[in-house]
This record gives sequence, C-alpha cells and structure tokens, in this order.
Amino acid sequence: MEILTLLLDGFATAFAPINLVLVIAGVSIGLFIGAMPGLGSVNGVAILLPMTFLVPPTSAIIFLAAIYYGAMYGGAISSIMLGIPGASTAVATTFDGRPLALGGKADKALIAAAVASFFGGTISIVLFTAFAPPLADIALDFGDPEIFALMLLAFATFVGLGGEDIPKTIFSICIGLVFSAVGLDIMSGEPRLIFFDIVGFMHGINFLVLAIGIYGIGEMLWTIEVNRGQTTMSKAVISVDRIARNLKDLLGAWKTGVMGSVLGFFVGILPAAGATPGSLMAYGVAKLTSREPEQFGHGHIAGVVAPEAANNAASTGSMLPMLTIGIPGSPTTAILLGGMVIWGLVPGPMLFVEETEFVWGLIASLYAANLFAVLINILCIPVFLWMLRMPFTILAPLIFVLSLVGGFAPTQDMHDVWLMLIFGIGGYLLRKLDYPVAPAVLAIVLGPIAEPALRQSLLISNGDMTVFLTRPIAGPITAIALVLLFLPLARLIVNRLKRSG
Amino acid sequence: MRHLEKPLLSLAGAVVLAASLTVAAPDGARAEWEPKKPVEFVIMAGKGGGADKMARLMQTVIEKHNWSSKPLTPINKPGGSGAEALVHLKSKGQSDPDHTIMVTLNSFYTTPMRQKKLEVDIATFTPIARMAEDTFLLWVHKDSGIGSLDDFVKAAKAAGNGWVMAGTGKLQEDQLLTDFLNASYGLDMKYVPYKGGGKVAKQLAGQHANSTVNNPSEQEGFFAAGKTVPLAAFTPDRLELFPDTPTFREAGADMVYFMQRSVVGAPGMSDEASAYYRDLFKKVYDSEEWQAYRKKKSLRGAFLSGKELMDYWMAEREIHRQMLEKMGAL
Repeated sequence: MEILTLLLDGFATAFAPINLVLVIAGVSIGLFIGAMPGLGSVNGVAILLPMTFLVPPTSAIIFLAAIYYGAMYGGAISSIMLGIPGASTAVATTFDGRPLALGGKADKALIAAAVASFFGGTISIVLFTAFAPPLADIALDFGDPEIFALMLLAFATFVGLGGEDIPKTIFSICIGLVFSAVGLDIMSGEPRLIFFDIVGFMHGINFLVLAIGIYGIGEMLWTIEVNRGQTTMSKAVISVDRIARNLKDLLGAWKTGVMGSVLGFFVGILPAAGATPGSLMAYGVAKLTSREPEQFGHGHIAGVVAPEAANNAASTGSMLPMLTIGIPGSPTTAILLGGMVIWGLVPGPMLFVEETEFVWGLIASLYAANLFAVLINILCIPVFLWMLRMPFTILAPLIFVLSLVGGFAPTQDMHDVWLMLIFGIGGYLLRKLDYPVAPAVLAIVLGPIAEPALRQSLLISNGDMTVFLTRPIAGPITAIALVLLFLPLARLIVNRLKRSG
Repeated sequence: MRHLEKPLLSLAGAVVLAASLTVAAPDGARAEWEPKKPVEFVIMAGKGGGADKMARLMQTVIEKHNWSSKPLTPINKPGGSGAEALVHLKSKGQSDPDHTIMVTLNSFYTTPMRQKKLEVDIATFTPIARMAEDTFLLWVHKDSGIGSLDDFVKAAKAAGNGWVMAGTGKLQEDQLLTDFLNASYGLDMKYVPYKGGGKVAKQLAGQHANSTVNNPSEQEGFFAAGKTVPLAAFTPDRLELFPDTPTFREAGADMVYFMQRSVVGAPGMSDEASAYYRDLFKKVYDSEEWQAYRKKKSLRGAFLSGKELMDYWMAEREIHRQMLEKMGAL
C-alpha cells in the first residue's frame, strides 16, 4: 500500500506543468535523436545534460529519462524506413522491420514497433514499481560466471539466425568475435589487433560502425545492384482502416510482446548488458519459440515486436541498478548517473529512503513519457511514410549521407567512417555470397561482454570450467544455453541422416 | 573584408604577444586572448567513469556561469588506456594547439612509458591546471567480518592465492597498490582486472571479490548502505569522510598514492592561450560547485599550474617508472 501512496505522490510531481512540458519536449527530442542513425540516447543525454542545470534535479532527470525513452521509440523508425539502425538498440528491429517496409507494409511495422515499445515500457515500469529494491540484490548476485552464462545463452538463441547453413553462421560469428577483440585487452593491459599500427583501432571497433556499414551502405549497394537503379519504392499507404487492421494483427503477437518485455527488463537490470543485447536476445528467443521460424528475417511481425518491446523494457530496467546500487546498466544510464552526482544526489541504496520525491517522480514520469511517446509516434507515421515514397534516386544518397554521419557521430573520428565504408563493401560481398550478417553483428555486441567475463571467471576459479555449471544462478543458465546450442545441430544431423537414409 | 580580417587578427595577436612579453607578470595576458572556435575538451577515459564525471562537471560549471565565449565540446577517447587521446593531443599540437585541452589522470604517466611506439613525451605538453587528487582506500565486504587491517592481513594470508582483489585494468593504479600490499604484508592476492571503478565496486558489493582499492566516490553508495567498509587509506592523514579509518602510514606501511585530476593542453600551445585556460580553470576550481564536489568526494590536491604542475608531473612520472620497473612491466 505504501508503494501506491508513494506512486501517487510521484504522479503529482510528474504532472506538474513544468515536468509535463519537459516530458513532451524530451520525448520529441528523443524520437528525433533516436531516428538519426548513429545518434542514440547516449548522445542525446550527454549533449543535453548541461542544459538541465536550469531546472530542479527531479525535473532534470524527468527530461533526460524522457529523451532516453523517446530514443528507444525513435531508433525503430530509421531501422524500418531506411534499413539503417537508428541506434544500437534498434539493430534487431532492422532484421524484420526492413523486409516488411520493402513489402509495402511499412505502416504495419511502424505501428508494431510503437505499440510493442509502449507494451514493453509499461510492463517494465510496473515491474520496476513493484520490485525495485529486491531486484537490486539480484543484480548484485550476477558475477562473472553468471554474465558469461547469459552471453552463452544469447549466442545459443542465435545459432539458427543465419538460416540452415550452420558453417556459414559460425564463420559469421567468428568474424564478429575477431572484430570485437580489437583494441585494448583489459586483462593483459596490452593493445590487441592494432592493424598497421593505426591509432584509430585503439578504441576498438565500434559496433555501430559495423552495423551501419553492413545495413546502411551494404544494403544500399545490394539494392542498387538488384534493381539496376530502377527501384520504385513499394507504395506505402496509411488509413484509419489499415491502422485498425494492423492493430488487430498485432493481437496475435501479444505473447511475443510479453516475452520480449520480461526478458528485456531482466537483461536491462544486469550491469553488464543493457538494451542492445536485450533486444537481440528477445529476437532470438522469438524466433526460437515461433511456429514459423523460417519467416523470420523476411518480414515476420514478431521479429519487430520482440526487440522493440525488449529495448524499451531494458531501458527502464537499466535505471534500476543506477538508482538502487549506483551502477549503470547501460552507457546512457552511466551519463544519467554522472548527472545525478552533479545535481548533488547520491545514487545507491539510500536514494529510495532519502529522496522519495526524486525517485517516485521519475518512476511516475516514465508512465507519462511512455504514453506521450506512443501517441507522438503514431501521429507521425504519415510523415515517415511520406519519406518512403521518395524515389530511390533521392533516398539512396540520403541513406549514404546519414550513414556517414552515423559512422562519425559516436567517436567523431574519420577513421571510423573509412572503416564503415569498408564494412559496407564487405557486407555487400558477404550478402552476395549468401553469408548471414546478423550473427556477426551479434558477436561484435556480445563479444566484449562475454570475453572478459569468461577470462575473469577462469582467473578466479583457477581455470576450472565447472564454475559455470556449479553456481546456483550460472548453472541453470549454462545448461539451457548448451541444450539450445546443440538442439539445432542434433536436428540437422538427424535430418541429414534421414535424407541420406 | 574577409581577407582583411586575418592580417588584422594576427596583428592583434602580435600586439598581445608584445604586451605579454613586456609585462612579464603572470597575469599579463589575461582577458586578451579568447578562443576563436569551440574548444575540444578531450576526456582520456570512457563515458560514465570518474574522469568523465569530473570533466562534465567542469564543463557544466563553465557553461552555467558563461565563463567561455566559445563552448567546450567534450569528446571521450578512452582507447588504449588513453593512448588514443595522447596521440590525438600530440597531433593537434601540430595543427591547432590553442583549441584542444584534455582532462587527464595517472595513465598520463604510464601509457607513454608502456607504449613506446606512440612516441609521446608528456614533458612537451602544456600544463594548465591540477584540479584535484583523488584518494584510495582499501575496502572489504561487511559480511566478511573483517574490521581492521590486521584482520585483513590475517584473512588474506590464510586464503593465499584464493584471495581475489578486483581492480581497474592491468598494470594500472589498482594493481600498483595491490602489488604494494602483497609485498609489504607477504600476501599472495590474486589481482583480477575489470573495466572501470564502478564495476570493481560492484564486484565487492556482490561478494565476487574479497577486497578492492576503490576511490571514495566509487564505494560511497555501498558504504552508505552498510555493504562495504574501508580498512585503511593511502593518504598522509585521515580523510574527513572516514575519520575512524586509519591511514597506512599510521599502520606502519608508508604508502601514499593519489590519482591526479588535471587539465593539460596540446604541445606548443601559445602562452596567451595557456594563460587564458589557466585563468578559466582557476575560476572553476574556486567555484562553489567544484569546492562542494571536492568536499563530498574527499578530493585532495591544491590548484597547480604552469611550471609547478610540470614539476609535479615529472616527479610523478619518475615514481610510476620505478613502480612499473619493479613489476617488470617496462
């Protein structure tokens, strides 16, 4: 009952006129920033942080959280409309959102993304409201073996992602893992794989550089070749009737939405992970549990719902360790945490006791941000669709420019732009040779989390591998991961045997 | 008109230069030079870490009081323990030394020593301001039952190589301190590196590690919640925030170690520009916000600039060289 009282007080704070204006402004800015390739919530929050000193801390965090939230919605827009992931969190949305748009169902994909985001956001805020303090302890219980087990699970759910050709999938994962190893190795303190001694490799290969290269530049090259420049974009229309029909279709995907929300929320809580791995894992699980997994990657609506529900849920989830134990669950919350320190708040277990107005005002504002984000998003869909009706001769240079900006923005280093162009050509060649590229993207996201966790675990256990099986949380996760990992292989072998028999 | 502006500007520059030469007082060039474009504010560490938080606080204070006519644009360059940032600053020294400054920490000394290929010599960089020195303490988990340095030595000795000390990065500050503890007390603690002090603090709070040597700001949340306790401080005297925690000096092991939080300019920066930045950061240092932050985070270290700061750097570089040599890392 106490929680309800606190939440009601929080609503009073969140709906104060200034805060409401800030929520709407934040969500709109976030939508825009999220939709711009390369600029994600991290950039938005970092750029606008100094502006928040004009208002009290509670209003400031409400504004920044609204940007964070809006960006989660916005990321899907360019993933679907242009095929360039608008933010790292929206990469998985590209897998099926883009094919849907190409098939003339852009409105369906956009509505699915908006509604799934709302769904994921709402479920996770309810979970947050009810369980914040106990969940903080779970986040603390996650040590290195648990994190590695979780990453193993993520890889396992993706084994089938590249289709039936398992050797090609494994090759693609290996490429991604090699790229993820570039940069400084924190375990030895030595630089690794600094090709030709180029300084730009010191910061490692930013995952967005690979993703934008492959999905932005590579896809554009592919489209140009396939259509020989005569692309007429599929007609994209919208009407009230279609919206109603799309919403009805979406009802069929509610289970995926629930799965994505819950999974995203829990992955989001874990300090190492955040929204990007969360959405990729949700996509993998959605495919794995689907009755029609072969349609994933060709425009399955669940392939949009799962990652979008998950990334919004994870963004709420990642605020939980930030507020309760002072450990950010994602890069964006790391910046928010920095802001809180400057505002004179001490994140950590005492925050819930000492700063109830701040904490509950923030939680209540998330409900408001979520509502406004879905409304603004749906209202803007006709504008997005208008964009799609542009002829390809205009769209292609636009994609090219946006990709360049997106490659440059995160690190502001020309090195990354060149690298992105090379990845674009590489992605195009891989596609031509029918290699799946999604596993490479997954590997470059998860590699930097999985590798140190593996080595730290083994260092602590003196090289004893059973550490992943004997610990109470890591054990079951590893077991599930191993089963998932070998299931498709076993199925493949059985099928081969049948065919040859 | 456009092409007239440049000679005029350089003429103005020459006048300023002449003025600062004739008026040899350190304040001579004040308020004459101003940045002509946004100032690149390089952060030698990743987003969200200690150095990043401080850099963004400095930027915020400057923006809040409108102390700079051109904005400071922060860029994080954490690559290669700051190697990328150092090389960037060095190359800016050739193209535009007056509009690039950097927030730096102790990897400023160790990274050029360990990565000779970079050909970076910090003695060529322009000293601007030392804003603070961060302190280190030895921490354990409350549930370990360890309440004093003696208990710690006893427990760590008994555990031998099974005692896990979590720290930030290989051959960085935390490992230097761990090696010191191992050597002084005859311990065999296992050092496990993590990325960033926040992650290290979490390892201890979740009892995945037995001890850490975190800064106060990294552990304060867990300390307030009663999850972790400090045993001893690597400072010359006790910290205000932890009056009951003895120093290592009191305990008979003389180890004092700080993490610098300084601002450095590109090599070859003009005297007028460096005077401008020195004054700017002196204002930040004296601001209410910065002083409050220093107090809250238990920061030490007075404001240093110019030759004093360079002397401090050279002395610290020598200390770090000896430490790394002892560890066999050079």
